[in-house]
Amino acid sequence: MVREQYHEELTKVRQMVLKLGEMAGASIKNSVEALCDHNVEQAEAVIKGDAGIDDHSAKIEIKCMRLLALQQPMARDLRMIGAVIKINLDLERMSDLAVDIAKITVAIGDEKHIKPLIDIPRMAKIACEMLDSVLQAFSESNPDLAYKTAKCDDEIDALFDQVRRELITLMIEDPRKIANASHLTFVARYLERIGDHATNICESVVYMVTGDRVKLN
Amino acid sequence: MGTEDIEIESRNLNLWYGSAQALKDVSIPIEKNRVTALIGPSGCGKSTFIRCINRMNDLIKGCRITGKVLFEGRDVYEKDVDVVVLRKRIGMVFQKPNPFPMSIYDNIAYGPRIHGTQAKRELDEVVEDSLKAAALWDEVGGILDKPALDLSGGQQQRLCIARTLAVKPDVILFDEPCSALDPISTARIEDLINVLKHDYTIIIVTHNMQQAARVSDHTAFFLLGEMIEFGETKQIFERPVEKSTENYITGRFG
Amino acid sequence: MSAAVRTRIFSPDTTDRVASLLLWASAIATVLILLSIIGTIVYRGIGVIDISFLLDSPRMSGAEGGIFPAIVGTLCLVAVAILTAGPVGVGAAVYLTEYAPDNGVTHMITFGVECLAGIPSIVIGLFGYAFLVVYLGFGFSILSGGLALMFMILPWTVRASEEAIKTVSGDLKEGSVALGATKWQTIRQVVLPSALPGITTGVILGTGKAIGETAVIMYTAGSSLLLPESIFEPVRALPYHLYILASEGISDDMAYGSAAVLLGMVLLINFTAVTIQRYYQARSGLRH
Repeated sequence: MVREQYHEELTKVRQMVLKLGEMAGASIKNSVEALCDHNVEQAEAVIKGDAGIDDHSAKIEIKCMRLLALQQPMARDLRMIGAVIKINLDLERMSDLAVDIAKITVAIGDEKHIKPLIDIPRMAKIACEMLDSVLQAFSESNPDLAYKTAKCDDEIDALFDQVRRELITLMIEDPRKIANASHLTFVARYLERIGDHATNICESVVYMVTGDRVKLN
Repeated sequence: MGTEDIEIESRNLNLWYGSAQALKDVSIPIEKNRVTALIGPSGCGKSTFIRCINRMNDLIKGCRITGKVLFEGRDVYEKDVDVVVLRKRIGMVFQKPNPFPMSIYDNIAYGPRIHGTQAKRELDEVVEDSLKAAALWDEVGGILDKPALDLSGGQQQRLCIARTLAVKPDVILFDEPCSALDPISTARIEDLINVLKHDYTIIIVTHNMQQAARVSDHTAFFLLGEMIEFGETKQIFERPVEKSTENYITGRFG
Repeated sequence: MSAAVRTRIFSPDTTDRVASLLLWASAIATVLILLSIIGTIVYRGIGVIDISFLLDSPRMSGAEGGIFPAIVGTLCLVAVAILTAGPVGVGAAVYLTEYAPDNGVTHMITFGVECLAGIPSIVIGLFGYAFLVVYLGFGFSILSGGLALMFMILPWTVRASEEAIKTVSGDLKEGSVALGATKWQTIRQVVLPSALPGITTGVILGTGKAIGETAVIMYTAGSSLLLPESIFEPVRALPYHLYILASEGISDDMAYGSAAVLLGMVLLINFTAVTIQRYYQARSGLRH
């Protein structure tokens, strides 16, 4: 094996991405938990934690640029760096969306939800599972797992449709529920976006391993 | 690529130096007016391969060849091929700039002169055209009677390119043309290759993978005398098919 | 380790200093020998050297007058030797380096060249007498003497040319061949011009050897003190003149004067060789 330091750096970048993925996953999980429990404190922790995530994401980007500039990666290394730059963006956007959810939790405060939250935590659970699963695909360079993961996005999309319709019905029935319902619509929308980002990551993993550019949603 | 665009093609080319086999069953199509890069670790046979095309290996004792090298459809190893004409049509630029120890003018005029051009006016024209084509005229146009060896390494290499252009070849073989040059001179030669490919078919052997990636349209990867993979350069460097190609270009060798 | 250090009689520093002192002394000794030879000859000879010594003919067997015919004689002999040894030597060198197949015959030729260089000059002189003077009937003449000198310096010329041709890089030859040049075109237009400084230097150094040679010309060039009118006439070369002046006890002063002139000529030739080499190297930009 030659260029040892270079290859160590490449391994390190992968580990940094996995770390960022964990951080983003925790944000999503915590923000939805906080929403369900009206836990403003927990929501604020998510908002505060975002700075650390942005920091870590910036570090990944810098490392990638440095590898490109100094090591001229080729072939699968080049694809890995390219994929990481995209995945990095997706993960960073995912945690931003978690922050948005947390902000809504803060805005709602103690005000009771207009209905028991069932589908939204389900969406969050699927999104987090997708994230875990695609991170595993990334770390194992496993395109099959990435393909399989991307399929879960359909469930999230279906749930989003269902939640949205339900909330619209509630709003039509009782205009007083509009404030809370529109908040929840946004949360559902954010989770749906998180699912899309997870799907993007699946695409990046497939490209990274095979070189094929695929559309999975 | 259509077959009518193939200028040179090696078919099942084998080469031995004594009992050591340096090329094993190499078959590569070289497209007209394109740059084809040959990459691979030292001793993989890439230089040996291009030296088969203009039959420079003829000079080496104990060198034996089987298979074909077709140039415009005709095997260059056929009995009645005139090597002088072949080498006039397939020029070569070497690793180390090798201008002759004579004036700049005489260096360029050397080829035309040995091929029978004597008229001063004609030679003047060839010298000027060649130097211009090699992007050297602006630098040396006024000092044509100066010794070529006074030029910088990069200028010398462009002079060697001009010298090759002066005999009006169809193909130019570059054997690691930049390995002795600094990055700026290298960039100039690379720019030049990009321009020259409009008029010439170019084959370049290089140790520098980035250079192959920058200048070539097609790339062939050699390993231990075998041609492992051949394809479009963008494919070879983004998603090579063969594992050993990938290992080589990502630096995971040995 | 420490035992080894203790058993050493002199410290490494001392050994080093002694060694460099010895080496320095050897170098100085060489220069001193040269200087004392030059010094003695010039000191003893300078007294008789003037324009008339250089340009007059000798009188009374050389006891009086000058050494002009001997200078001319030497120059003529050397000229014939160079003009013949040059082309033959270069030709042989080109053949041996570029054309000769790597076989027994070639090795024998190379070996022959080595042997020729080793033949004592008196033997070459005798052979010259038998072959050139008697057998070919050239008599005692510039031609006989010059050709005999050529036999002597030929191996040096061949070897110097071979070395010079071998140092022409293969890159240059390849460059020429790749342009479609034939082997002969390449040799004539690229190899030989590049090798010229080396060849010239070799030939000139051969000249330096030839100019001081006595044994070879003694039996071939004659010892006439008259100015020659053609290459078929005998001449007396400067070293031979010097030998006669000294051995016959004609005039010590004249002998030293001649020796000083001879020495001057040899030094001049060596100096010229170095200058030519420097000049070519500077002009072509070659740095070896």
